Amino acid sequence: MEPVLSVENLKKYFPVRSLLRTIAWVKAVDGVSFDIYPGETFGLVGESGCGKTTTGRTILRLIQPTSGRILFQGKDVTKLKGKELLWFRRHAQIMFQDPYSSLDPRQTVFNTIMEPVKFHGIKVDDPEEFVIKLLESVGLNEMHLYRYPHEFSGGQRQRIALAKILALRPDFVVLDEPTSALDVSVQANILNTLKELQKDYGFSYLFISHDLGVVKYMSHRMGVMYLGKLVEVGPSTKIFENPLHPYTQMLLSAIPVPDPEIARELKAKRKMVKGEPPSPINPPAGCRFHPRCPFAKDICRREEPPFVKVEDDHYVACWLYAKS
Amino acid sequence: MPEPLIEIKNLSVYFYTYAGIVKAIEDVSFDIYRGETLALVGETGCGKSVTSRAITRLIESPGRIVNGQVIYHKDDGSKVDLLTLSDEEIREIRGNEIAYIFQDPHSSLDPLYTIGYQVGEAMEVHGKVKNIKEGITKAVNVLREVMLPDPENRVKNYPHELSGGMKQRVVIGVGIANNPRLLIADEPTTALDVTVQAQILDLLNELKKKYNATVLLITHNLGVVAETAQRVVVMYAGKIVEIGTVDQVFHNPLHPYTAALLKAVPNPLGEIETLESIPGTVPNLITPPTGCRFHPRCPFATQTCRTEVPSLKEIEPNHFVACHRY
Repeated sequence: MEPVLSVENLKKYFPVRSLLRTIAWVKAVDGVSFDIYPGETFGLVGESGCGKTTTGRTILRLIQPTSGRILFQGKDVTKLKGKELLWFRRHAQIMFQDPYSSLDPRQTVFNTIMEPVKFHGIKVDDPEEFVIKLLESVGLNEMHLYRYPHEFSGGQRQRIALAKILALRPDFVVLDEPTSALDVSVQANILNTLKELQKDYGFSYLFISHDLGVVKYMSHRMGVMYLGKLVEVGPSTKIFENPLHPYTQMLLSAIPVPDPEIARELKAKRKMVKGEPPSPINPPAGCRFHPRCPFAKDICRREEPPFVKVEDDHYVACWLYAKS
Repeated sequence: MPEPLIEIKNLSVYFYTYAGIVKAIEDVSFDIYRGETLALVGETGCGKSVTSRAITRLIESPGRIVNGQVIYHKDDGSKVDLLTLSDEEIREIRGNEIAYIFQDPHSSLDPLYTIGYQVGEAMEVHGKVKNIKEGITKAVNVLREVMLPDPENRVKNYPHELSGGMKQRVVIGVGIANNPRLLIADEPTTALDVTVQAQILDLLNELKKKYNATVLLITHNLGVVAETAQRVVVMYAGKIVEIGTVDQVFHNPLHPYTAALLKAVPNPLGEIETLESIPGTVPNLITPPTGCRFHPRCPFATQTCRTEVPSLKEIEPNHFVACHRY
C-alpha cells in the first residue's frame, strides 16, 4: 500500500538570536523519517520539548522546514504553491490542544464550520442541513447551531473543532494533544468519537501525545521521540510489549499505572528512571540519550546510532542493536 | 486503630460571585490518619483543591468557609479547631506543622530571590533558625534531602536557572524545611514530564518514610493515586462520593462515578478494550443537580436519586460510599 504521507529526513532548526545575530540553533526536529498509511493512526510520543508538535506543524507547513521532504499523496509539500497548496490545505487538517484558543470567540458554530467550506469553494445545497449533519456526527445537535464558543465546555469545543475538520473531508489529520486539556471522563468520549470517524471516513491520523496510555489506545503504529530524533518506531502493541530502546523502556516504567497491585510491583523497576532531558540547543554528542542511559558504552558517546530493523516493522536507533 | 491527625467535619466553602453563589464544596467530612498518604481525587472543579486549602483557611475572597470544623490533633495530644483560630495562630501552624506543595513550580517560587534564601526564609519565619544567614546555611542540607544535585552551589541559584523538575524539588524543600506533621501536595507532578514525575513521586515517598510524615495528595491522575496512596477519597461536584483503601476503591469501586472513572482511563500496561466514557459533563455548581449530584450522568439513577441527597455509608470495613444503591 502507498503511504498517504511520507516524511523523509525532516529537520527544523530555530535560531537563537542575541543582538540581531544568530548565536545558536535549537534543533527542534533533527532528521525524522516515517510513513503514514491510509486509515492508519500513527502515534508520536515524547516528553515536552522533544519536537513532536514541531514535527506535526512542519508536516502541515504551518512552519517551514529547514530541510527534508514531506510527500503527501506523492507530492512534495515543501514545494507546493498556489492552487496545489490550497488543495493540500484542504486535505490535510489539524486539531489543536487548547479548545479555548482554537475557536474564534466572535463566530457562531455555524459560521465557524462554514467559513473553510466557503473558502475552499465547496458547493453545499443547504448549509444549515449540512452543518447539522456534521454536528450530529460528532455528538452535538441542531440546538448548538447558532451558539458561540463561550457557551460550550472544553469537550464540546473540541467536538466543534472536529466538525469543522470533517466539513472539508480531509484525508489526513494531525491531532496535536487533542484531549490533554480535558478531564478523563470527557477524554474517553472524544477518543472514541475520533476512532469512529476514522472507521467511517478512512482518515489517517498523526496522533501527538505525551500520554502513553492514550497513544496505545489510539494508534496502530507509533514513534518515540527524544530531543528531536525518533529513537524507536513500530506497531504500538509491539513497542508496549517489547520496548527496545532504553529511553522507551524508561518512559514505560515511569508511567503511573492505575492499578495498585501492578503499581507496587513496578516500583522496584523504577530505579532506572533518572535525569531530565537536556537542552536541544547543544544536544549531547553521539546518541542523545547517552547521559541518562544505564547501558551507555563508549561508542554511544561518539557516534550517532543508525536506525536498524530488529524485527518486522520494528525499528530502533540504539547501539545495543546495531553493529558499529 | 489508626489515630486521626485531622478530622474534617461538614466542611462547606462557597464562592460569592456576580453570577451567583458557587457551592464549591458542601458537607465534606473525612479523617486524615497519622502516617498515611491519603489521596483526594476527582476531575477539574470537583472541589479537591478548595478542600485542601480550607484546612488552613487558605481561602481568599470571594470564597468563604461557611460551615464546618477542621479538628487538628496536636503533638501534645490536645485538639484544636483550625477554623476558629486567630490569623496569628493559624500562621504559626501553616507552613510549619502543615505545609503545602503546589502544582506549578514556576509560580510557587519568587523569581527575585535565590532558592537558598527561599528555603531559609521558611525556617526563619517559624523561628527554626536565628537569622536568614543561618537559614541559607541550613538550606543546603534541606536541598540535599530533596536530592538536588550540587546543593552547596545551587543555593545561590535563582529559580530561572533551574529546570522544572529541579524547581519542584526546591518547592518540596520549602515544604519540608520545618519538618511538617502534615504535607499537603496539590497536584505536585501535573506540570512535569512522566520521567520527572516518577522521580518526584519517589522522592515524596522516601521523605515520607524517613520522617513518618502524613501526606494529603491531591491529584486527578488515578495512576499516581494507585502508586502512592494508601487510602483514597473520591470527590464529584463538591461532594465526597467514596472513601476506601486503594485496593478497595480500584478493585471494588462502589460508586457508579468511581467505576466509570476507572474505566475511562486507558491503562498503558493492560489490554485496552474500548474505553467507556461518562455521558454528559460536570455540572455547574451555582445550581447543582438536586439529590445526588451525579444523577444526571448516572446509568442507575432512580427517582430517589433525583430528590434525596445520599449520605456516606460504610459498606465494608473502612469503605464508604454515598449512593442510594447501597
